[in-house]
Amino acid sequence: MMKYRSLIAGACLSLIVLIAAAFSFAWIPYDITQLSIPDKLQTPNWNHWLGTDHFGRDILSMIMVGARTSLAVALLAVGIGMGIGVPLGLAAAAGRGAFIDEVIMRTNDLIFAFPSLVIAILITALFGAGAMNAIVAIGVFNIPVFARVSRGAALSLWQKEFILAARVSGKSKLRISAEHILPNLTNLLIVQGTIQFSLGILAEAGLSYVGLGAQPPTPSWGRMLADAQTMVSFAPHLALIPGSAIILTVLGLNLMGDGLRDALDPKLRKSRQ
Amino acid sequence: MLQYAFKRALSLCLSLCLASVVIFAVVEIAPGDPASFMLGINAQPDTIAALRAELGLDQGKFVRYLEWTGGMLRGDFGTSYTYRSPITDMVVERMWVSLPLALYALALSTLIAFPVGLYAASKRGAPSDFAVMGVTQLGIAIPNFWFAMILVVIFAIKLRWFSAGGFAGWDDGLFIGLKSLTLPAISLALPQASILSRVMRSALIETLSEDYIRTARAKGVSRTAVLWRHALRNAMIPVLTIIGLQFSFLMAGAIIIEQVFFLPGLGRLVFQAITQRDLIVVESVVMLLVFAVISVNFFIDLTYAAVDPRLRHGS
Repeated sequence: MMKYRSLIAGACLSLIVLIAAAFSFAWIPYDITQLSIPDKLQTPNWNHWLGTDHFGRDILSMIMVGARTSLAVALLAVGIGMGIGVPLGLAAAAGRGAFIDEVIMRTNDLIFAFPSLVIAILITALFGAGAMNAIVAIGVFNIPVFARVSRGAALSLWQKEFILAARVSGKSKLRISAEHILPNLTNLLIVQGTIQFSLGILAEAGLSYVGLGAQPPTPSWGRMLADAQTMVSFAPHLALIPGSAIILTVLGLNLMGDGLRDALDPKLRKSRQ
Repeated sequence: MLQYAFKRALSLCLSLCLASVVIFAVVEIAPGDPASFMLGINAQPDTIAALRAELGLDQGKFVRYLEWTGGMLRGDFGTSYTYRSPITDMVVERMWVSLPLALYALALSTLIAFPVGLYAASKRGAPSDFAVMGVTQLGIAIPNFWFAMILVVIFAIKLRWFSAGGFAGWDDGLFIGLKSLTLPAISLALPQASILSRVMRSALIETLSEDYIRTARAKGVSRTAVLWRHALRNAMIPVLTIIGLQFSFLMAGAIIIEQVFFLPGLGRLVFQAITQRDLIVVESVVMLLVFAVISVNFFIDLTYAAVDPRLRHGS
């Protein structure tokens, strides 16, 4: 059990956020579109467990719905990265050294060279602020990450005997990639996916903070922090609570990523024993 | 070495050409015409057409791309649609804030990460190693703009050691200028220092398990001497890669941090230009940032070759 403590701690933290997000579809303590000025800026109390904001809205409810936004944006961005990046990486590995490999990898290098947040800001600002554009902007930069990771791992798999056996039996490169290479990349992709997921949460928070993420009235953690900025000196809970939500989620995912890597990689596990 | 440098320089030029095409295309296909935006919704079509002609927007896309890139090669970034002033001057003025900020943050993160990484690697497995790694894990998870807000509350509002925002300029001396960049630089450096410490630690641990380290130890070289003389140099490759990548993150992170501290840097310039549909400014500043990132990575590659002879001999 002790061996997996980082995985367990990370999974617990992530699970709390996931449950809060899922639960918010069925029930939240207060309606987040309902303004109640007499109740504004309350610190955490029995009625409002995490206090209220400058419009008297319940912060716990906003954090729960905000979790939905953060998780959805980051998850879909990982989906874009994996959905496009992995096939590209597999194709590059299958055609090692050939023209297709060169084109894919050089394009990857180019995307890597772009300061991702600058381009994400550019995309969302030019094409309109909103969750959808934020997903695309973050997702685009996940593509080269997954392409590179899957190419690297696939290249070493192509040298293995079982792949050689599959080639001798007459299977096409496409079939080998889909039937033999991809299943062997699952562990690696889960670990990388977790890391990109946590980076996506941070990127979404940053975009929302500058007003380019999900638009009001949809709550998002970054937006809550932006609203809190002018009031943080007399109502610090407005910044501390959404900030802690972001930190705990990212921390949970990172710990889970580290833990999964240790648990799934037999080489690492052996070296630790 | 010269052949390696030439090859890398060629790929640098190719990347820059491609980057300029991508940036131009993204801005080009974005909705919103600068001329209509500047004149408002009640503008007459002929007035809009006249302004488009004045701004050079009536020319073909290819001509405009060539004029834009050709101008940049000569150091002329064009004229801002909104301010009607040369973009080069605007960029140079903002650069005096953004570049020192990024360098300050890079210096801070390196200064923090080196001793922390070294310490953790030398105490591998000990409780102090776990504590350091826990703190760095937390440092990675903290969004820097949130950390910036907390720093402002503590050090600007409560303790009054620093100003809560704005930039004092360099006219009153280096100290005053650096002081107003200190909180932004710390908030930018925190996550980077955490990442770099972890990379430094794992690179050192990996190097320390190599055979040549064991040989050196067997020959009687002390643990400290091995760490400093043999392990550190060889652990520098991954560390240099991350420092190179960090520059890109710092430039990008600076955009948001400049918003928190109301710093008149390149980030704020991009934001203002985007909201005013001053597309030529957006294109030029983003291109400049990409140029900075690609060039830094180019120099990092050359440094690798200097550190690791295997790379320059292409084996």
